[in-house]
Amino acid sequence: MKMWKVSTVALIAILSAASSGWSEEVNGLRTVDEFDGFTDETARSQALFEEMAKVIQHPRCLNCHPADNTPRQGMEMRIHEPPVVRGDSGFGAPGMRCNTCHGSENVDYVSGDGSIPGHSPWMLAPIEQAWIGKTVAEICAQIKDPERNGGRTLAELHEHNAHDGLVGWGWTPGEGRESAPGTQELFGELTNAWIEAGAACPEG
Amino acid sequence: MTEHTRRQFLSASAGLVVAVTLPLPGRAQSGAAAILGQDAPTQGDFAPNAFIRVAPDDTVTVLIKHIEFGQGPYTGLSTLVAEEMDADWSQMRAEAAPANAELYANLFFGMQGTGGSTAMANSYMQMRKAGAAARAMLVAAAAEEWGVPAGEIEVAQGVVRHGASDRSARFGELAERAAGMTVPEDPPLKDPGQFKLIGTEVQKLDTKPKSTGQATFTLDVYREGMETVVVRHPPFFGGRVANFDPAPAMAVPGVVAVREIPSGIAVYATSTAAALKGREALDVEWDDTEAETRSSEEMLQAFSEAAAAETLVAEEAGDVDGALEGAEQVIETEFRFPYLAHAPLETLDAVIEMRDGVAELWMGSQFPSLDKPTLAQTLGVDPSNVIINVMFAGGSFGRRAQPDAHLAAEIAAIAKAAGRNGSWKLLWTREDDLHGGYYRPMTVHRMRGGIDAEGNIVGWTDVLANQSIMAGGPMEAMMDKGLDPTAYEGATKMPYDLVNFRTSWARMESPVPVLWWRSVGHTHTGYATEVFLDMLLEAAGKDPVQGRLDLLRADAGRDRAVLERVAAMAGWDGQRVKGDRGYGIALHESFNTYVAQIAEVSNDNGMPRVHRVWCAVDCGVAVNPGVIRAQMEGGIGYGLTALLYSQITLLPGGRIAENNFDDYRMLRINEMPAVEVEILDTDHDPSGVGEPGTPPIGPAVGNAWRALTGQTVTRLPFTVGVQS
Amino acid sequence: MYNLTVNNREVSVDVPGDTPLLWVLRDELRLTGTKFGCGVAQCGACTVMMDGMTRRSCVTPIEMADGAFVETIEGLDTPESQAVQAAWVANDVPQCGWCQSGQVVSATALLTEIPQPTDDDIDNAMAGNICRCATYQRIRKAIHDAASTLEG
Repeated sequence: MKMWKVSTVALIAILSAASSGWSEEVNGLRTVDEFDGFTDETARSQALFEEMAKVIQHPRCLNCHPADNTPRQGMEMRIHEPPVVRGDSGFGAPGMRCNTCHGSENVDYVSGDGSIPGHSPWMLAPIEQAWIGKTVAEICAQIKDPERNGGRTLAELHEHNAHDGLVGWGWTPGEGRESAPGTQELFGELTNAWIEAGAACPEG
Repeated sequence: MTEHTRRQFLSASAGLVVAVTLPLPGRAQSGAAAILGQDAPTQGDFAPNAFIRVAPDDTVTVLIKHIEFGQGPYTGLSTLVAEEMDADWSQMRAEAAPANAELYANLFFGMQGTGGSTAMANSYMQMRKAGAAARAMLVAAAAEEWGVPAGEIEVAQGVVRHGASDRSARFGELAERAAGMTVPEDPPLKDPGQFKLIGTEVQKLDTKPKSTGQATFTLDVYREGMETVVVRHPPFFGGRVANFDPAPAMAVPGVVAVREIPSGIAVYATSTAAALKGREALDVEWDDTEAETRSSEEMLQAFSEAAAAETLVAEEAGDVDGALEGAEQVIETEFRFPYLAHAPLETLDAVIEMRDGVAELWMGSQFPSLDKPTLAQTLGVDPSNVIINVMFAGGSFGRRAQPDAHLAAEIAAIAKAAGRNGSWKLLWTREDDLHGGYYRPMTVHRMRGGIDAEGNIVGWTDVLANQSIMAGGPMEAMMDKGLDPTAYEGATKMPYDLVNFRTSWARMESPVPVLWWRSVGHTHTGYATEVFLDMLLEAAGKDPVQGRLDLLRADAGRDRAVLERVAAMAGWDGQRVKGDRGYGIALHESFNTYVAQIAEVSNDNGMPRVHRVWCAVDCGVAVNPGVIRAQMEGGIGYGLTALLYSQITLLPGGRIAENNFDDYRMLRINEMPAVEVEILDTDHDPSGVGEPGTPPIGPAVGNAWRALTGQTVTRLPFTVGVQS
Repeated sequence: MYNLTVNNREVSVDVPGDTPLLWVLRDELRLTGTKFGCGVAQCGACTVMMDGMTRRSCVTPIEMADGAFVETIEGLDTPESQAVQAAWVANDVPQCGWCQSGQVVSATALLTEIPQPTDDDIDNAMAGNICRCATYQRIRKAIHDAASTLEG
């Protein structure tokens, strides 16, 4: 991915909430220093979360954060085929667990294009971490709530976003899949900056 | 096969019937043994004819001239033999008959082959006579051995008994002596009232091996030193190889050769995985100058325009144009049906072995009589040196019934290109299968119907546009006046008294190869005619069941009976909607089997969910009710998949959009309705059940959906049609 | 060289690491009960048990199965598998038969975990196994029958 270092233009872009491309981006995700222009820390924190949401709301991440009991597939977020269910603990149903098909790593198809995604573990996010159909504000509130984020402190949340393997799969999704924006490293930096700026949630 | 075609086959082969009925001196030997004259039945076997072999161990093996891919001929034909032999079901075995058109012709075709739901119908008398002859010879052998009159001997459950002298013997004990008896020319057959096995649900002979992984299919054949071959076919129909570089494929470990053959580029390897990887690595440039490059949408538009222009009349009566002109109300609609792939779960495959001028094939060959000369011709060997082992096949639904023998031609080309003794296994992947053509023809129906002031249907026209299955192949000779009945069967010879009607056809051309798909023309005519009829009845304010009953011709007694039965099964009371459920009915005869179905449907996020299906079927004498019910259940599931999900789509440029089961969806267990089947008790000769369960389910669901939502889906599948 | 246990037999195979377990079972070990249907884990015809769980062998590179304990249709021999296969035979479930090895393996796995499955349990466990002949109604009944047999 190309990068531009045109900070004046970038600042204008941020302030006018214009499209990306003129700002400093890595794989479609703006870097933390692109948010230096904010004077209001809360506004900056909110903007940082909006940027994080580009990752969170990318189909690579959303597909396994459903509000119902079935994962989605593809950029169009269609219902998972074959039909599968959440099951106990998000690992699927007896007789057809996620690892019936999903292995410890991505596997390219021997014939034809594409691959079957994999990671150990491979599972659905818990139902309380459902993101599909939620606003960015709602997702933000959920992420900060230890009752609904797996009992994580903000520091642990940063660690999770920055280093968890299954989160990281979003940037190494295998042949035939578009990766989440940015990199996991940048996502971790944005998370960290968002927390340091007060972990404010966007309004709405 | 259509009725029309079958009758032609029948009349053409009438002279053969007697001769072929009990071929002599044929011996019941399977596979290579029969062809090469080696390995004759072991000493002590009794093979009264080409269909039956009784071994000293008491087993009775029936050689089945029809391929078994789940529709039940192994069990059904063995039942006929066992019935007339008075054998015990536990001693019965079934094996594939070898390729031999003289001994094992389909009596309706005059050649060896399976299709058109004819297996039971053409074998019914033949196999019974074979069994009766075997019984008579066993009885004669016992009479001679015991010195008693044959007339005093009884046979039951595999035991031959003379009551007065209290002597008995099992078949196996009599086998050797029976082999020396004269074969009776016209052995007496049982009256249906005496049947003990026909009409019962004997255990299917292939169930156990198929439940334990022991059944041997083509893909399961491994020969010493065998190589696996996959072929890169052109990505559009009518395309050709312009250039290719074998080097990247040859660099894959295990790949031993890359050859151009008429159907594409063949990659030979020591393992399946290597062959597949080699093919992925292959670099091919294609020439599309003669290819179909139109998209499906463009083709449908062209078909639609053709259906509005001049067409060939297939059937007409009365003055339909005048009737429509004078009608109180005229309803018009156009139905559009996509190409469909058969997608049998076992993809196409074949194994060939070349041994010094002898070619032995293992394949799910549905037309051995066409595959054999193709192999002989391609390989330059004498047909007598071609051995075909007809294997169990993992489904066909028409896909393996190849008038052009293209799979046999491809495996032969692979062996020929190798140019040496050896053995090769050809595997098509699922992508090859879905991209490979031989689809159910894309079809447009333009329909007009007129109703008078009293609500009577006074006129009906149906103009179809689609490609011909029969043209351009060995079946073309059976086309009359340029008409291919497989294109519109079911839209002709309807059971309704329509008085003024016309069905006509516009023949379309395309390099996309088309083929019969489970119930052939009925796949679309059943939907178009029965949904359109529902529309007219509704416009006339008539009940879908009573309206149909009132329309049925006086001689349509079998149609009437299944319609009345299914209405009773479902408790039809004229209410098309109850709560959140809609109910729809359809009636459709195909292959001389009469089927009516009622579907119960709800609206599941804009798509029908089918909860229950009631099905009444009249297929004549029910040889095995279990097999008949299974075929109705399966035919309904197969038709439902197509109705809801299936379409093969040509993208602009001619490539196929669908690749595998993720985008060519199959019905799954959670979507299977509860199916209740009743079989009418009739004494007509048995007719087929493999296909006739499929045509009615589409219109039954379509009509239930109309009732529930008011939407008539005219574009299939539903995933597309409910949006438009 | 990869080592694994297949049907209680220790085997070593010398194939590239990305070779699917399906083709190792078939081409190398000649265990042909496990079938090829799609190659992309959509149809379930290639289902085996791997370390006690169902696994689609067509998307399992042999390097992922190194050291694993694999059971194929040929090796199933538990009260559950026997009950399933007996019920399959009694209900005349198979038509063409191609998918049935995978169906039997999945049904056995289901009953091993849930001795008395509901219709929903059956849907959840079996929806990954396509039957093109649509024998689903009989599969469902056979699983219930097998459960009754196991209950005794």
